[in-house]
Amino acid sequence: MKIKKVLALLLAMVMTMALVACGGNQNPPADKTPDPAPSTTPEDNKTPDPEPAPAEPAGATEISLWTYPIGKWGDEATVKTLTDAFTAKTGIAVKVEYLAYADGDDKVNTAITANAAPDLVMEGPERLVANWGANGKMVDLSDLIDDTDRSELNAAALAACTHTTGAIYEYPVVMTAHCMAINRNAFEEAGALQYINEDTHTWTTQQFIDAVAALYAHYGQTVGAVFCAGQGGDQGTRALINNMYGGTFTNAEHTRYTWDDPLNIKALEQLKSMDGIEFDASLAGGDEIAKFYQGALKMAFCWNIAQQVNPNSANTGAEKTVTGDDIVFMSFPSEDGNASLQGGIWGFGIFDNGDQARIDAAKEFIRFFCDSENTVDAVKAANYFATRSSAADGSVDLSGVWADDAIMNEYTKLMPFLGDYYQITTGWAGARTAWWNMLQAVGTGDDVAAAVAAGVAEANAAAAG
Amino acid sequence: MAKQQQSKMSRALQRRENVAGYLFMLPSLIFFLGFVIIPMFICIITSLTNTNMHDPGMFGSFIGLKNFTDLAQDAVFLKGLANTFVIVIVSVPAVCAFSLWVSSAIYKLSGPVLSAFRCIFYLPVVTGSVAVTVVWKWMYDNYTGILNSALTSTGILEKGINWLGDPKTALWCIIVILFTTSVGQPIVLYVSALGNVDQTLVEAAQVDGATDLQVFWKIKWAQMMPTTLYILVITTINSFQCFALIQLLTQGGPKHATDTVMYYIYYTAFKLTEQAGHFGYANAMGVVLAIFIGALSALQFRLAKEK
Amino acid sequence: MKIQSGRSRAYKIFSIVVLVILAILFLFPLYWILTGAFKPAQDIYNPDPVFWPTEWVATNFQNLFKKRTAPLFSLVGLEGPVAPAAFRWLVNSVFMAVMSMLLTCITAAMAGYALAKKRFVGRAILFSLIVCAMALPKQVILIPLLKEMSALKLYDSLWAVIFPTVGWPFGVFLMKQFSESIPGEILEATRIDGASEAKTFITVVLPMVKPGIGALAIFTFINAWNDYFMQLVMLASGENYTIALGIATLQAETSIDMGLLMAGAALASIPIITVFLIFQKYFTQGITMGAVKG
Repeated sequence: MKIKKVLALLLAMVMTMALVACGGNQNPPADKTPDPAPSTTPEDNKTPDPEPAPAEPAGATEISLWTYPIGKWGDEATVKTLTDAFTAKTGIAVKVEYLAYADGDDKVNTAITANAAPDLVMEGPERLVANWGANGKMVDLSDLIDDTDRSELNAAALAACTHTTGAIYEYPVVMTAHCMAINRNAFEEAGALQYINEDTHTWTTQQFIDAVAALYAHYGQTVGAVFCAGQGGDQGTRALINNMYGGTFTNAEHTRYTWDDPLNIKALEQLKSMDGIEFDASLAGGDEIAKFYQGALKMAFCWNIAQQVNPNSANTGAEKTVTGDDIVFMSFPSEDGNASLQGGIWGFGIFDNGDQARIDAAKEFIRFFCDSENTVDAVKAANYFATRSSAADGSVDLSGVWADDAIMNEYTKLMPFLGDYYQITTGWAGARTAWWNMLQAVGTGDDVAAAVAAGVAEANAAAAG
Repeated sequence: MAKQQQSKMSRALQRRENVAGYLFMLPSLIFFLGFVIIPMFICIITSLTNTNMHDPGMFGSFIGLKNFTDLAQDAVFLKGLANTFVIVIVSVPAVCAFSLWVSSAIYKLSGPVLSAFRCIFYLPVVTGSVAVTVVWKWMYDNYTGILNSALTSTGILEKGINWLGDPKTALWCIIVILFTTSVGQPIVLYVSALGNVDQTLVEAAQVDGATDLQVFWKIKWAQMMPTTLYILVITTINSFQCFALIQLLTQGGPKHATDTVMYYIYYTAFKLTEQAGHFGYANAMGVVLAIFIGALSALQFRLAKEK
Repeated sequence: MKIQSGRSRAYKIFSIVVLVILAILFLFPLYWILTGAFKPAQDIYNPDPVFWPTEWVATNFQNLFKKRTAPLFSLVGLEGPVAPAAFRWLVNSVFMAVMSMLLTCITAAMAGYALAKKRFVGRAILFSLIVCAMALPKQVILIPLLKEMSALKLYDSLWAVIFPTVGWPFGVFLMKQFSESIPGEILEATRIDGASEAKTFITVVLPMVKPGIGALAIFTFINAWNDYFMQLVMLASGENYTIALGIATLQAETSIDMGLLMAGAALASIPIITVFLIFQKYFTQGITMGAVKG
């Protein structure tokens, strides 16, 4: 009967497919060349090397890189140019996956659980050092950093990338100060330009309050959002609240969370009382940027130079919203106008997958992009500032990477405000969760002091381990 | 029903039944045992341990019922459990009632109109949960969403509602989406069940002077009982599949208003917090959820058996 | 409450009006996806919703296609030409859903028949296990399943999504209910004729439960297509994504570019909607069949 034949055919097909799939999986590409690593090496991918390596492969022939959207390091076309250059030089292929801040952490954690973490990951110390590094998932990169490198690297950035044990879990590439931004046209229309200093990009808390009031009077709707749907972009809300009256987030030793500071409570109460400001639990940092870019919000608290150069990563022109309004980046308001800005540091870390060949290949990658003439490209792709003055034993000068870029030069006005990099305090991931949960509670009308006290207790519980 | 008399079977015959039965069961059993029962078993065992992401072993050390006693005090988990129940308890009867009403209103319409309606109500199911979620997120948007825009421009609302950002509305927004993706199949089922109702009974009742409503409840509803039970089962299953909505829309917020046990398990397992990778704890939640669902299924099955 | 015939007429008109309104509401998300996919940026970013694109453009699709690329397929080390990743995701989704469907139908038809007609030892226990596991959300077994897939070296492959779908016992339950209606006398007669068990199953049982298989096929296909959760956990590399996961990832990356997201959503939903509209009759038949005995 016909159905029998069909069934037999289907069964045969299914069986073959299953065998093929399993068979294909048992030969991880990294094991093509003999290496001393244990044969139980987990594999990340099963695609074979797409092109034959031009150079003699030293060990692994393919490594994987998972990158968060750091400037154009989240853009496939840009990253492909970079990794192609690396492959051409070393013969090591790089398989790139692009993570989003919304769920990138979950993906990495899932992969770790499945013994299939990527070889390389690009992000900041709060994840690489304070979390995965502290949990023993990362490789110590100290051997990549000699005394010359130490003298070239920004000391604060390197310190942030160093775990308390002295192990360096991240090789920093770029850094910036996070700031906020305003829609200049909207400010002009509402008569609020008088409250900002466009030359120094600074303002005081009172000026900020007046500006929001003027904007609200003019537009009659929310002009700025204290976004708190999740942790994405939370440095913006932290910087805003800390700077308004000079509150702190952690103590100077980075051992305890101090955001129950009365000055922070005062700032939260002030923000809560302002008509133009909404605590919005439906937005995360990225959404806020979008609403600002779209013109719905008149200011964004989640901003930095990469956004200024390419707002919303939409490639519709530097310093412009989608409707063509001018964007001015601003320091966060503080009582005297001198804010303490949140630093952002990004670089590479290596997951310890137990395969020395792949670890070596990954280190090769880091040397290639962090300490050679290619560092210029890596920095330019990220749209941030280099973490080192020069590379390749002083032969490559990095101080002038952005010399002829007017926007980047203007932005250097904010760099002196760069504050303490406290994001490596123990319990960081728990603390930031407690932070946005606190903001949600405040937003829905809970008592500010009580919500803050509960949140900080949770954060300090996380810090205590 | 085939009435093979067990008692009359010889032992050889019984052996033959065993062999044949298990051979037929085998392919299915491989998948069922391998990818449902064994993981469930591991889940139960590890729920008694402190297994976590940072220890390489499959099983950590035995800590007895600590995970469960911790769960009983975990406000987020309890909130999630409550939300899970709200979703099921609201959406299952709502879906049943709504689809019953729609079906009774459309089943007598002419062919093309009937199938057009059936199609329309079925479309959200085939559109796919992620596509549906993405578009609803846009429609619910606080600033640029069509919902707020429509309600404020028509003067129904003075100020837009932050649908997904307000703990009072967020869970209901999720339930609405779940609802639209759940009614398609029940409507199809009810339409055909209504069409299959024994007309002679209906006519007899009408001759006896029964009102439409009486006819509906006393005759049609009674005859559709098996369909209703089936719909209850599939809608319950469906309601537990709301993970995508929560992960993509609210991530459990605001203030845990949309946390469900399903999402909290994922959160505990993989979100980057200090508690991340606390697998034993996450598995304990799984066990609690499984117990509740098992009880629910048993109840439904008993109901079905009585029929 | 009693409904008189005059009122009954009013009620009918009322219900038609309500139905039409409901139909519009149900169609609206899809309408919004399709128009959104073709709206130019100024419509997308317009704070006031634009109901009809001021201009129909393909930019959103162009952006979607150039955002990510992947080989169109890869089988046994053989790679297809590099194409927009969205196409690869569609290929993956189709492969995953069809495989789940085939495997489920085959295994469930056999198991359902055995449970209904074979009086083997342990049958009752197995059946209660199946009933209890039916409503179990996959999140419950998330971690053990992930570790298992990792140990089987199936993590980050579509099989890690397919196998648990096949293992889900709803199909067995459905097919058992169907197989109950096979008359025992026919089976007996076939056996007396000397037919083997396999032959009986293929020539007698399968044709009789064919409608059930149809219902199950549709049910499994749609479920697999929509089972975002397993895809999220089991698939790591972009080239292994399904279309649902791909769109979700895009949303996580650019929560903003609604045009791009709508283009993705359109791409994800149009193929399956087309299939549905073409085979609409079979869909409704299949679904109905599923319930007759369920």
